Amino acid sequence: MILSTAVAIAEARMGKPGEKYYSGRSRAIMERAYIAFKSSTWMIVISGFVEPVLFLLSFGYGLKDLVGDITVAGQPVGYVAFIAPALLATSAMNGAIYDSTMNVYFKLKHDRLYHGMLATSLGPMDVALGEISWALLRGLSYSIGFMAIVAPLGLIPSMWGILAIPAAVLIAFGFASFGMAVTSYMKSFQQLEIVNVVLLPMFLFSGSFYPLDVFPEWLQTVIRIFPLAHAIDLVRGLTLGNISWALAGHAMYFVVMIVIGLFFTTRRLNALFMR
Amino acid sequence: MSESLIRARGLTKKFDDFTAVNGIDFDVLKGESFGLLGPNGAGKSTAMRMIGATSQRTSGELTILGKDPEQFGPQIRAHLGVVPQQDNLDTQLSVTENLYIYGRYFGLSRKFLKGKIEELLAFAQLEEKRSAKVESLSGGMKRRLTIARALVSEPEILMLDEPTTGLDPQARHILWDRLFRLKEDGVTLLITTHFMDEAEQLCDRLVVMDKGSIMAEGSPAQLIKDYSTKEVLEVRFGSERNAGMANDLGQLCERIEELPDRILMYTEDGEELLERVYKKGFHPKTSLVRRSSLEDVFLRLTGRTLVD
Repeated sequence: MILSTAVAIAEARMGKPGEKYYSGRSRAIMERAYIAFKSSTWMIVISGFVEPVLFLLSFGYGLKDLVGDITVAGQPVGYVAFIAPALLATSAMNGAIYDSTMNVYFKLKHDRLYHGMLATSLGPMDVALGEISWALLRGLSYSIGFMAIVAPLGLIPSMWGILAIPAAVLIAFGFASFGMAVTSYMKSFQQLEIVNVVLLPMFLFSGSFYPLDVFPEWLQTVIRIFPLAHAIDLVRGLTLGNISWALAGHAMYFVVMIVIGLFFTTRRLNALFMR
Repeated sequence: MSESLIRARGLTKKFDDFTAVNGIDFDVLKGESFGLLGPNGAGKSTAMRMIGATSQRTSGELTILGKDPEQFGPQIRAHLGVVPQQDNLDTQLSVTENLYIYGRYFGLSRKFLKGKIEELLAFAQLEEKRSAKVESLSGGMKRRLTIARALVSEPEILMLDEPTTGLDPQARHILWDRLFRLKEDGVTLLITTHFMDEAEQLCDRLVVMDKGSIMAEGSPAQLIKDYSTKEVLEVRFGSERNAGMANDLGQLCERIEELPDRILMYTEDGEELLERVYKKGFHPKTSLVRRSSLEDVFLRLTGRTLVD
């Protein structure tokens, strides 16, 4: 039976688990994102894709002869192949963070968009999931685009490398849900700057351009508290084919991040709009 | 007796130790236009949010179409069209896309929405603006689009929070005309306003709210009859002299209200009272005779004016 009225559609969900928070229509939020995306500034869209490629060309090909091979797990690896997975992981992070902080903040505070959405029969979980799914879809397409460029260049030596794409999506999921949770607590636009204050050093020190073991033991431990080092190790392990249980550990880091992020996002949206 | 669509008993909302809505009782009947009239901060918007199932009450009873909004939030919201005080249109989308996606939030089909959007564009007189971005619309157009958007799910109850605040007189009249049409179509309207003329124009019945409580309830005409006289004489003597005059003038009429800039004298016949004022040897700088309005009702009930 095709339900044709708003009331019939809403009543069909009565008794389902979480019905007060989730109406099963996060795809409507994604549809909204798609419509807005079609007419959005293409520069922003393209820059997310171009950025890692530029880093790859400038640092990778600029430094590869000066640096020579880098030893990873006892094997020599060319410099460009060493940084390519790190750039993939970083661009997954950047895309997810952009979508879940700047974008979400404006819809939350400036446009009061979520107020409008939650006055309908949608719930806060629909909004959180829809926004995050959209960020993931974007992350997925960037990853595929990046892989399509670096794989033919011979920068993905292992067949395991194909798993770098889902890994990038997992990483984006972690950052997006965590980023959205953090954003939902922000009181002013200035506070968003805090995100950049964390992001830039994380990018510089998480082992993108050289192995982490150049740092003293204690600093490595500090760096490993933050997610990007785990993201880079995960993607690099896959593209270079160094498969070990450690990779599962890195993946778990992001699973935990996703769960914590979603929990706080839903809770916070509920507090903001349903109190 | 028509059925009660919204029923509140002892409805209360507290934020920490601030009581925004303090034990209010009212019923909204099917097909009527019901108003919450009061100044800013009276608790109208808070009451609206509880009815709109986006805010949980602290205590009391509330049923909408026989259901508790805390138990059946999404189901109740599916019956409601909400026009918030601040426009929250999707500025990244066009007029048509705004209507479309709002329908999608309710889960409505593309096919249904295609026809519905045309109908709503005509209703909101926005056919020529269909592809325009929201940013380029005037205040009145944005408001009409917000109303059209709220109607996309064919709600039984349309809730309008301060629908004409910030609009110029012409845009207000266009909007009122649209709301009359909805009422004729049988949509139940729930309106908050701090404009007494709006309440008189639009509401069949209203409650006067102040500081979270209901001060009076009735039709605009009944409230004026119960709490005011037929006419009002407004006199001004200049700011220093107004205060000194109040005692003397008070003996000439039923009731008197002193405002900072003028004195209001309540009477059945304003012209006759003005004559008596002159006969007593008082010469106001300006005088005005008018019919009593809800503003006077509010003044009587609270000792304050509606719009500061």
